[in-house]
Amino acid sequence: MVMHAHAYPDIEIPTPSQIAAVALNNEPDENGEQSMVLSMGPQHPSTHGVLRLAVELNGENVVQLAPDVGFLHTGIEKTIETKTYTKSIVLTDRMDYLAPMSNNMVYVAAIEKLMQQDVPERAQTLRVLLLELTRINSHLVWLGTHALDLAAMSVFFYAMREREYILDIFEMLTGARMMTSYFRVGGLAWDIPADFIPTVEDFLTHFLPKVDEYEDLLTNNLLWKQRTKGVGVVNAADAIALGLSGANLRASGVDWDLRKTMPYSGYETYQFDVPVGQAGDIYDRYRCRVQEMRESVKIARQAIERVKQMHGQPYVTENRKVAPPPKSEITYSMESLIHHFKLWTEGFRPPRGSAYAAIESPRGEIGCYVVSDGTPKPWRVHFRAPSFINLQALPHIAKGKLMADLVALIASIDPVLGEVDR
Amino acid sequence: MIDRATLEQRVSAQFPTVRIGDESGDLCLTVERQQLPALAGWLRDEPDLAFTFLNQLCGVDYLGRDPRFEVVVHLTSFQNKMRVTLHIEVPEADPTIPTLARLFPTANFQERETYDMFGIIFTGHPGLERILMPEDWLGHPQRKDHPLGYEEVAFTHNEDWIYANKPFAKE
Repeated sequence: MVMHAHAYPDIEIPTPSQIAAVALNNEPDENGEQSMVLSMGPQHPSTHGVLRLAVELNGENVVQLAPDVGFLHTGIEKTIETKTYTKSIVLTDRMDYLAPMSNNMVYVAAIEKLMQQDVPERAQTLRVLLLELTRINSHLVWLGTHALDLAAMSVFFYAMREREYILDIFEMLTGARMMTSYFRVGGLAWDIPADFIPTVEDFLTHFLPKVDEYEDLLTNNLLWKQRTKGVGVVNAADAIALGLSGANLRASGVDWDLRKTMPYSGYETYQFDVPVGQAGDIYDRYRCRVQEMRESVKIARQAIERVKQMHGQPYVTENRKVAPPPKSEITYSMESLIHHFKLWTEGFRPPRGSAYAAIESPRGEIGCYVVSDGTPKPWRVHFRAPSFINLQALPHIAKGKLMADLVALIASIDPVLGEVDR
Repeated sequence: MIDRATLEQRVSAQFPTVRIGDESGDLCLTVERQQLPALAGWLRDEPDLAFTFLNQLCGVDYLGRDPRFEVVVHLTSFQNKMRVTLHIEVPEADPTIPTLARLFPTANFQERETYDMFGIIFTGHPGLERILMPEDWLGHPQRKDHPLGYEEVAFTHNEDWIYANKPFAKE
């Protein structure tokens, strides 16, 4: 995949006000044709959240469009600066609310990288298991809503049915169905309950045939193919230039998955394949994600086998400067009491410096850049939100397409607006 | 595949003024802002380096330090499975920096966000507008000296005063 200077594409991404300017100076051309500017959203069912698109249309064809984001901006990055490192984990859940574990993971991974903090093997394995469950969870929502946008109603019900099972597992583990906040710097918040592993095994056995069921409904469905094949094609060079990541990038034929290429949390020790597409159209993005769910099941099964072997090993680091001691220890150990007190009143102090960590979330590369000034509160935290950057590709992909395809395109990019705006 | 030592040598041979450092295990290059497009373009276009993927671009406000701001860029080379960090210092008196949106289209939104949050102006950007905050917002909220603000609780004795002084639209 060698690219030369002349090959690197230059892509224009208009702003909403540039589209609005078209509406203001709109004169018919010599054929009497006139374009129309349409404001789609922010309350539109197919924009998957509060996304507004300023679309210039010629008849039914999209001339150009600009995403208008920021309606859900909650200043998470600014808020994190006012909290200790551990307290901010709950905020990261709320960015990509369909994949909370991935957000937790990238945030703690950046801090661990900054502090050079090791994570026990059992915690790493459980993290992998949970990240893969999260991936399935998130892909199920994507699949259901994507099919719904293209008028395939039943897939939505099927997908939500299986997602419910995963949410129940999360609830059993963390007490929360969506905002799990389960990861901590150096490991996990608490140990898994006794019936967790059998429940997950049960789910995986139950789930794998269901993927075939979804595929039966869609993969060879003529209507589905007509709406998705050859629609919204992005070639590999454009995909890289636009910063696409995750299944959006792999569908264009770029074999880049951080779990394989820059492994974290021990992913290099698992056997799995990375599905890569060729055409870069909506259909390939669909095939990649559906196949990814099967691969996730594979990884989760391997992780379960390992967790079974590691019974009794710690779920969080024994470094008491980072992770609080167990409650039982506080009753007899003065040291533990001091550590407990220091951690809950003040928090830990990473060294001065900065670190960037990135993981493969269901939506692509989610990254976290942490700057520490040596105090218990981060000086700056920035998230590379894959939805935000993938959404940027929409004007390029949708150019010249039909308005009806735009709906399919938004769904195939799979943005979560909570993460776009943060 | 090239290793980190080779990359450091190539960078220091091509750009002698670039400071080479380390950021938690990643190669970190501190570069003068005028040199940024040349360095980023060179990293992108050299066939054996091929840092074609811009991971992220963000600003940091080191209030009390001179120069006050810093723009941080991460580039990835798929070919070499390597990540490199670029740090560009931006003074408060003249918060401008050449845009990367012409070299890497993916920098477009992220530069708009950095402008929105820190007021760093990316010269040559095709549409440098606010992206997350409302377009009539005053100030740049992620600057450390931006007032956090709060809303006074309205009671009968002060509600007239509060609603008269609210900065947003009135009926």
